[in-house]
This record gives sequence, C-alpha cells and structure tokens, in this order.
Amino acid sequence: MVSAADTAFILAAAGLVLLMTPGLALFYAGMVRSKNVLGTIMQSLIMISIISIEWVYIGYSMSFGPDIGGIIGDLSWFALKGVTYEPSSEYATTIPQTVFMIYQCMFAIITPALITGAFAERIRFAPFVVFSVVWAILVYNPVCHWIWGSGGWLGSMGVLDFAGGLVVHVTCGAAALAAVLVIGPRKGFGRENFLPHSLPMTMIGTGLLWFGWFGFNGGSALAADNVAATAFVATHLAGMSGMAMWTIMEWLKIGKPTTLGAASGAIAGLATITPAAGFVGPNSAIMIGLIAGVICYLAVNAKSRLGYDDSLDVVGIHGIGGAMGTLLLGVFASKAVNPNGVDGLLAGSASQLGSQAIGLLVVTVYAFVVSWIILKVIHLTMGLRLTEENEIRGLDFTEHSEAAYS
Amino acid sequence: MKKIEAIIKPFKLDDVKEALNGIGIKGMTISEVKGYGRQKGHTEIYRGAEYVIDFQPKLKIEIIVQADQVDTVVDTLVESAKTGKIGDGKIFVLPVESVVRVRTGEKDKEAI
Repeated sequence: MVSAADTAFILAAAGLVLLMTPGLALFYAGMVRSKNVLGTIMQSLIMISIISIEWVYIGYSMSFGPDIGGIIGDLSWFALKGVTYEPSSEYATTIPQTVFMIYQCMFAIITPALITGAFAERIRFAPFVVFSVVWAILVYNPVCHWIWGSGGWLGSMGVLDFAGGLVVHVTCGAAALAAVLVIGPRKGFGRENFLPHSLPMTMIGTGLLWFGWFGFNGGSALAADNVAATAFVATHLAGMSGMAMWTIMEWLKIGKPTTLGAASGAIAGLATITPAAGFVGPNSAIMIGLIAGVICYLAVNAKSRLGYDDSLDVVGIHGIGGAMGTLLLGVFASKAVNPNGVDGLLAGSASQLGSQAIGLLVVTVYAFVVSWIILKVIHLTMGLRLTEENEIRGLDFTEHSEAAYS
Repeated sequence: MKKIEAIIKPFKLDDVKEALNGIGIKGMTISEVKGYGRQKGHTEIYRGAEYVIDFQPKLKIEIIVQADQVDTVVDTLVESAKTGKIGDGKIFVLPVESVVRVRTGEKDKEAI
C-alpha cells in the first residue's frame, strides 16, 4: 500500500540529500587554494552524473537486487527492470520502489564525492573518474548490500547502520586513507602554506550539508513516522553539540575559536550520529555529538603531527566519525526510543556493541584493501597524479581550462 | 626634489594623510604592499595545522617634495605613523631628477 505522506516525505528527503553533494563541493572548495577551486568542485559535482548512471544500470540492482549468498545483489534489475511505482515487498513497503531507488541513489552519489577531500589539489581528472566508478561498483555496492540489502550477511548478523555510518562514512574514510597512502602528499607539503582560500565558501557548504543531512538521516526512516522524528532531532542535536565541543577544544588548546573549527565540529557531529540517528534519544544524541567533537578534533590534530596529507580531513572527520557512531550505537541505542531498534550497553545489553564492532572491522578492512588495490592499479596504469608543473599551475587551468577568479 | 617613500601600518593611513594635509602636502600615491622585517610574520591555525605567514600587509606612501620640505615631511610621517610597537615601518628618501604634469606639460616645481 502506497502511503502518500511517506512518498511525499521521501521524495523531499531525496532532494535534500542530492543538495548535499553541491554543498560538499563548496565545503571542500573553500578549503583549497584559489587555483584548485573549480577542479575541487568538479570532483564532487560530476558524481551526480556518473554515479547516477552507474546506479540506474547496475548499482541499484547490485545493492538491493535479489541476494546471492548474502554477498551481492544479482543484476536482474539491470536498468531498473521491474523497478516500478509498485512498492518493494522488502524495502520501504509504503512508497513506490522508484522513490526508494532514487533516494538511495543520492547516497551512492555523495559517498565517492566525500573521498575527494583526501587527494585534493593533485589528481588528474580522467583517472579520478575511472577510480570513482570502479570504487562505486566494487566497494560501495557490495557494502551497501551487506548492510542494507535484503539477505546481506552483515545485516543478517544484526549489524545496524541507520543512515550510512558504515555504508557511507566508514567506506569513504577507509578509501581516503588508502588514497593518502597510494597518492602521497601535495608538492611542498610541510613547507608551503596550504591556506584555505575562502572560508565563507566553506561555511555555505556547511549550511547546505547540515540542511541536507535532515533528509539523509530523517529520510532513512523511509516513512514519515516517529523514527523519522527521532532521527531528525538526533541529527540536529549531534551537529550542534559537535560544533560546540570542537570550538571549546580549540579555544582551550590554541586560544582562539575558529570558524573552520566550528564547521568541522558540526560535520563531525553529523557524521557520527548518522549510523545511530534513528535509535537514540535526544540526550544520547547530544552525548554522541560531544564525543565526536573531542575525538574527531584529536584525530585531525594527530594527522598533522603524523604528517599524512589527508588534505581536507576525510579520515579524521568522516572515517573516525562514522566508526565512532557505529560503536556508540551499541552503547546508546534504546528500545524505549525505537521499539523496532535495539538496546545498547546503557540499556543493559552488550551484544549489540559486539555486532557493531564486527561490522566496523569488516567494512573498514574490506573498504581499505579494495580501495588500495583499485588506486594502485589505476596509479600504475593511468597515473593518478598531475605532473609537478601542472600541480603548481593548479587543477582549474590544467584539467578544465577555466579560472574560478579572474 | 626628493621622493619620500614610507612603509606604514595600514590602519595609520588616515592619521598620516591628515597630518600631511596639515603641513600642506597636496598629493600622494599609496599602494598595498607586503613585507617583513624585524616584526617577522604571524601564525594562522587551520584545523590544528599552524602556518607561518611571513609577509605582513603594509601600505606604501609615495610623496614628491621640494628638498627643503623633506625634514618637515619626514618628522610629520614619523609622528603620525608611530605606534611605538615593532612593525611601524620605514621611511626612505630618494633623489628625483624631474617631474612632469601630464595634463599641461609643466615641469618640476610647478608640476609637484
């Protein structure tokens, strides 16, 4: 039975999630130097095109199609064959399946876009496009099936991920770490100043991401119901407490609260609540945001000391945030909040935390190893890096023959 | 004729301009410049990564005067641009061979 309210809500949520990708483009572009602005924007924006194509033909079928051994969906839904306005019998049973398909498409789009922050300012466009498509097929689709697909083996084991802590944030974080190791740092890393060229642009991106996140997490209830309300509230509260905590940490440690710190804390809080949003109450969401503000702040600072050029902190914010949120679900989840959810450690049950840890381990290792192999093969065959001369001239001119500011 | 070049702190421009007006200096050219001397740079912090910014923003004022006005102008500049803190700037005095007003073709003293 199609519910008009649920359908309207998920269509609107899909639009909100789409908006996060251009939002992310601005969030990232503000943090790079003025010669790499359009190249950075393009790496996020183009995902709307190439991943949507991939999704419609094979991605949706691999992720949600009829299960093969818990590992992957088969390709019987190739090019959306049989995917109609009739609701699916397994997913989101009150909305047309086309609506579920397009909503999930938006998640597939933003995930590879998130990775681009790790190798900002130094990658050629053509091998980057190849990487993103191959990554979506070999990493995103399988992991999405394991956790959210009907019959997926991690989901069947009881691993929970409300809106993509594992599927989105841990996969992109693990891929980002692999990319940093394979591709290496930017020219002049540690010597030159890589100053953000426009923090106001990053703030606009932060606002769009936060706004879109209500669709990302709220919509993941897949119905306009109590769970959606729980997730919406938890999302906002974790974002705000993440922002507060990161700002406080910075104020205490370096003496000044920074706008980039406030924005980073908000995104850390939002990423961390993502897997847990529909399973935790408001006070737990605030705690999760506060923890995110501390741990992600420390992770990003550790990166600077360790000398990894994860340029825009994909690992420290999305990877660590998604991982932490996945585990904290096992601590803070409560059936009093969501009767169809689980009880976590604080509600007296330790077993969910164990499942979450297994899910986290499996997804991290799988996403890291496969991403590393894909990147290495493309690096050895096509060459991922810009030439030194082109890296100094910047992506905007060398890859796109444009200038952001003239 | 002499050219006086003064590097000053940007926020002192209004004070300097008023003081120079007060002693009858009718024109000047300014440009935004960057540099460092004893003041060195400053540090900016982004997500915990510290970047040392070597060059400080400064303003350069250029004024052409008769040789006998140099001392007055330099004294006025020192007085009006001074904060007493490191980084107040420098003043250079250079000889000028000739000056021509583009509109009229007037030269030297008449052209200043």
